[in-house]
Amino acid sequence: MTEPLDRMTLTLTVNGRTIKVAVHPMARLLDILREEIGLTGTKEGCGEGECGACTVLMNGVPVLACLTPACQVDGAEVVTVEGLAKETLHPIQQAFLEEGGAQCGICTPGMLISAFYYLEHPECAENLREALAGNQCRCTGYTKIFSSVRKAAERLGKTIPEV
Amino acid sequence: MNTKETLEPVESEEAPPIIGENLPRPEGIRKVCGTALYADDLKFDSCLFGRTVRSPAPRGRVRHIAFGEGIPWDEFVIVLPDDIPGENAVTLIEKSQPFLATSVRHIGEPVALIAHHDRALLNKALKAITVEIDEEPAIFSIEEALEGKEIQYGRDNIFKEYRITRGKLEEAFSEADHVLEGVYETGAQEQLYIEPQGVIARADPKGEVTIWGSIQCPFYVQKALAPLFALSPEKVRVIQTETGGGFGGKEEYPNLLSGHAALLSYRAGGAVVRMIYDRREDLFVTPKRHPSRTRIKSAFRKDGTFLGLEVDFVLDGGAYPTLSSTVLSRGILHSFGPYRIPHADLRARVVFTNSTPYGAFRGFGAPQSIFALELHLDRVAHELGLDPAELRRRNFVKKGDTFPTGQVIKEEIDLALLMDTALKKADYARKRKAYEEENRKNPRVKRGISLSVFFHGSGFTGSGEVMLGSKAAVRLLKDGSVEVLSANVEFGQGTNAMFTQITAAILGIPPEWVRIHQPDTAVVPNSGPTVASRTTMIVGRLVERAARRLRERVLEEGGLSQGYTGEEFRETAKRLAAREEFREEAQYVPPPDVHWDEQRYQGEAYSGYSWSCDVADVEVDMTTFQAEVKHFVSVVECGTVVNPIIAAGQIEGGIAQSIGYALYEDVHTERGVMVNNQYTNYIIPTTADIPSIEVSFIRFPLCNYGPFAAKGIGELPADGPAPAVAAAVAHALGYRYINKIPLLPERIAAVVLEEEETAA
Repeated sequence: MTEPLDRMTLTLTVNGRTIKVAVHPMARLLDILREEIGLTGTKEGCGEGECGACTVLMNGVPVLACLTPACQVDGAEVVTVEGLAKETLHPIQQAFLEEGGAQCGICTPGMLISAFYYLEHPECAENLREALAGNQCRCTGYTKIFSSVRKAAERLGKTIPEV
Repeated sequence: MNTKETLEPVESEEAPPIIGENLPRPEGIRKVCGTALYADDLKFDSCLFGRTVRSPAPRGRVRHIAFGEGIPWDEFVIVLPDDIPGENAVTLIEKSQPFLATSVRHIGEPVALIAHHDRALLNKALKAITVEIDEEPAIFSIEEALEGKEIQYGRDNIFKEYRITRGKLEEAFSEADHVLEGVYETGAQEQLYIEPQGVIARADPKGEVTIWGSIQCPFYVQKALAPLFALSPEKVRVIQTETGGGFGGKEEYPNLLSGHAALLSYRAGGAVVRMIYDRREDLFVTPKRHPSRTRIKSAFRKDGTFLGLEVDFVLDGGAYPTLSSTVLSRGILHSFGPYRIPHADLRARVVFTNSTPYGAFRGFGAPQSIFALELHLDRVAHELGLDPAELRRRNFVKKGDTFPTGQVIKEEIDLALLMDTALKKADYARKRKAYEEENRKNPRVKRGISLSVFFHGSGFTGSGEVMLGSKAAVRLLKDGSVEVLSANVEFGQGTNAMFTQITAAILGIPPEWVRIHQPDTAVVPNSGPTVASRTTMIVGRLVERAARRLRERVLEEGGLSQGYTGEEFRETAKRLAAREEFREEAQYVPPPDVHWDEQRYQGEAYSGYSWSCDVADVEVDMTTFQAEVKHFVSVVECGTVVNPIIAAGQIEGGIAQSIGYALYEDVHTERGVMVNNQYTNYIIPTTADIPSIEVSFIRFPLCNYGPFAAKGIGELPADGPAPAVAAAVAHALGYRYINKIPLLPERIAAVVLEEEETAA
């Protein structure tokens, strides 16, 4: 059976689960996650790649799910906020809870993904400010986000430069 | 209630240890796991998407709405003004804007609604609609409104006016050694909650309406929708979903948006309709902080004694009354600052323009009037040859002093201590001097440091809380835990943790056994809106009193003895809850010494104030004219701090927003609407822009009406940063004052370059 032109079937792995979806080639990764797979943890704040609320890892690298079209995600491995906790919370999640890194929570999924990536790859940015500059938060003034990431780094035995 | 209850002030220093603990926010686990459900995350089996048809003109009659070719219009649900079953007006303080206009007053005003299950087709259809307007002349500025051009509200374009007078101002001016006048302006500011406005509605034509949404005030929505559908209020059920920020922006606008979604649903026979704005639409149409223009004339003795203050405070209200009268009220009631002023004449007006209606934003009028006063005082100090901190020190109010409203300060406040704590933390005295010397030698970078001292009243103004008559309840659940029922929403500021801590403290149980019911008008009592820094001080006290009653009944009916363990309480609670509904409620009782004269605007405007001093340390790059805050100190007195991490976090966030207000955030309007309505073009501080922010708390001797003597802090941090930053920039620029925010590089450049030209 031939596929209609406005549909493409693709396979991707999300949080370790392999999933097949049929979507419009220009559907956004954000819509695939939220509407096709039902993972609503990833948020849409602006739809134009500015706020960072939709940040996810794709093949190990942070991307903005609102700017990533379906045609680029076939075969990709995606990690969303729902994939951070294993048996227990990941230290970055635990630290956000304890240190007040989340207030209204809408930027939190994207912020956690960027912070998670930074802790895995501290060499990717000069410091925490640079690492999180693509994720906007309107509640915290970032101070408690910084202390959350520092606490997580400490628990993971990672050294990160002072902000 | 027959028994007359009096409310006692809380003076005790003793509170159970859970008060003051950093309990992690109870809903936090869902937020860090991505499982918290915001409006757009709710799933329904089938639903329609709704969109709004808007006016392209700022004023005029809608002549025709043309539905263009190439769209299967018969598949669409369409709502026009004639289809509205009840009253076509949003009811808030007074009847305000229509849900759908036949005669428009601003660009973007809703004139029709359409819905379809296919979003792509819906968006295409919206573009195929043309709204034809018989356009009339419009006005867009405070000046045009005050000149009486194109009168469109009342007799003079003035929505509301207040006047507060005290003493004899002429005497102050004749006695004064120093008189200074100034005009201060602030721009609009966008709340920029990161979750855009959104609601989902189901309106059964048989007469039941349900709304799920990102909402600060569920009972406001109920009140607005009942007349729209000609229903009694209890037929309208409003459920708050997890709310991704509000800051005032979701106080009033959800009334209109919920009405739109519900009208589409009603027209569609009760189908579920989702209306989730995208960012552009949200920025284009939702209310922002009122632009302001304040004239100040002050009278001082040369020793720095404050003799008199004249204020003419004007807000641009936009095209409908909305909440503007109360924003104006709070503005004028914070316009005189924490100073002894024997003679004052304070006038406030909010005017009509053909702009998108302005609305609630954290601080609610106070940031505008405080900006004017505090920056003005910095200028006065400079002219008198006094340090700005010293000028303030000589005039602070103390216990027994009187505000221009006639309110006598009853708390043992020590504002000099508050200010000195902040100055010391900021290393103010040394830096102030050192920067002046450095600036003489360094032409490339200029540094400055200055301060602001301010207060913010907790709760509704004057008799507002009496009129609200809020109620909150606490009940036992079958598993022996305790549930708090209130209409006050969690939207990041910590309602859930705060109510949990208060309840656990009163009942002597672990916080894990306290649950917070999601605000749902069908279940919770009306504890009023989540606004006005009232949730902790006013509603927290209701929760505390309800919990005390519950405790007494559990002791009595459950046969528990004083000194029970948590486990004993739980077992008894299980037993009691299995028998019958076990619930206690408390209703607002005004403190005995709070009186308010609405006519003369005299009396106890607020039953409690929180106090603060901010110090901003800035740098101006003289090549790019970009000002940047390098370090920021804020010391806050808000009575007992229930949860220090959450409280400090809320203040830090408010400071960041207000640094944005002072330096970056420019709502650029053309013909009354925001034209930079994109995230890309409206600049808020990021991690790369924000300075180190140092927040700390001090406590004056406790005596107030909050739970465990806790007061409000929600709005306080929106008040002080902008004038502190503007004064610090003036200090950096060698006392060249710029009286208008935001201090964009082009504004700074204009002042500096003009002076250089004059010098040349």
